Amino acid sequence: MEKNVIVSKVNEFLIDEFEIEEEDLLPEATWKEMGIDSLDFVDIVVVVETVFGLVIKGEDMVGVKTLDQFYDFIHLRLNS
Amino acid sequence: MNQRVVITGLGIYSTIGLNVDEVKDSLYQGKSGIIFDQERIDFGYQSGLAGQVPTPKLKGKIDRRMRVGMAEQGAYAFMATEEAMQMAKIDADYLEKNEVGILYGNDSSSKAVVESIDALRAKKDTTRIGSGFIFQSMNSTISMNLSVIYKLRGINTTISGACASSSHAIGMAYLLIKQGLQEAVVCGGAQELNLFAMGSFDGLGAFSMRNDDPTKASRPFDRDRDGLVPSGGGATLIVETLESAQKRGATILAEIKGYGFSSDGSHISQPNVDGPGRSINMALKQSSLNAADIDYVNAHATSTPVGDANEAQALFKTFGGNIPVSSTKSMTGHEMWMGGASEAIYSILMMQNDFMAPNINFENPDEHSAKLNIIQQTKEASFKRVLSNSFGFGGTNSSLIIEKFTK
Repeated sequence: MEKNVIVSKVNEFLIDEFEIEEEDLLPEATWKEMGIDSLDFVDIVVVVETVFGLVIKGEDMVGVKTLDQFYDFIHLRLNS
Repeated sequence: MNQRVVITGLGIYSTIGLNVDEVKDSLYQGKSGIIFDQERIDFGYQSGLAGQVPTPKLKGKIDRRMRVGMAEQGAYAFMATEEAMQMAKIDADYLEKNEVGILYGNDSSSKAVVESIDALRAKKDTTRIGSGFIFQSMNSTISMNLSVIYKLRGINTTISGACASSSHAIGMAYLLIKQGLQEAVVCGGAQELNLFAMGSFDGLGAFSMRNDDPTKASRPFDRDRDGLVPSGGGATLIVETLESAQKRGATILAEIKGYGFSSDGSHISQPNVDGPGRSINMALKQSSLNAADIDYVNAHATSTPVGDANEAQALFKTFGGNIPVSSTKSMTGHEMWMGGASEAIYSILMMQNDFMAPNINFENPDEHSAKLNIIQQTKEASFKRVLSNSFGFGGTNSSLIIEKFTK
């Protein structure tokens, strides 16, 4: 899957499911800046599985701090 | 400390109306909220009868974090509480500056429990089932959610007492406020309506089988009653000290005069006559009133053969046969955990609007109900005091006496 498709799908669920404003979805935005807390992260794991068919664990994403790193994380996992 | 305890807000989301005004009209008109639901039969129920309410749209009203943890009945409770808070003129500023509590009646959260276990069985990994189920599936789901949504800072707990849950919640709030331990408490009850909640109850043969005639199915006290109809929704009352209500300039709707309670100490599902009788008499004693001072009884009667007969005997023993009696479950079905609170609200609406709602479908009495004055048609009457009964499995009994407010 191309990264631009991943960006589009991630942004779509962050807007629809997590009610984040589109203008806040900046590549450098951190989870905290987007208002995502540790409980929301549990739901992100479920949504990623539903949208991308990827089973991920919270600990897999320890180094994922920003939205752009999240796009790259999914891109890497889908293409590895 | 012996505070007077008053009610300043009512909110209701029920099968006979989604707000106080709609419900008042339905009560006056004797309108049934019961439907036939084929999905229940397909699922394995014997009875397809049920109450039904629309799913509240909470997006835009509550943020996502709170919605994720709200069970079905929590959504009903929220809708009712919004209305009650507005009626009582309680806003965020008041809640921030005062210790308002919550005592809510709830005794199950079946859908969340079933769905979370189904998800876990399918995925075999607890980290992949989402964050919401734990907050939805606990019995205290409503009090935990509403206390956070409204930022409540007083007592915060759930009362689980079967079908008397929310009547006990009001009674407990009354005691705390009367003793000066709380100034104001949000109390009420809510009941889930999904397929999972009542399947095993249906299996006991306790539900009406009049599948072909839904609005005639719930017929408390009638000779030909054949079981209850499960129903639900949400009902909230704002209960506070008279002093607090007057200081806030709130409209005082009614006063709680007494709360009686008892346990049958006998059978798991079949109520007796003695237990309800003791609850009724305790409420009278607590309120320093005599049976003759009560103008109307909102009966618990659910349309089951044994329960209604035993309540009829208990009522006759205490009140004789003249006092007007009706069971609003004839219209709403049995609202279970919500019933005590909703029926307190129905009774207050009747007192406010000078009528007594009918016990619809009461066509022929049995040997016990024949001795009572059961209202078949809406009765125009200005009245001052109501006794509202709620009884539940395990023999838990609660009786509330509520009075039209006078200074």
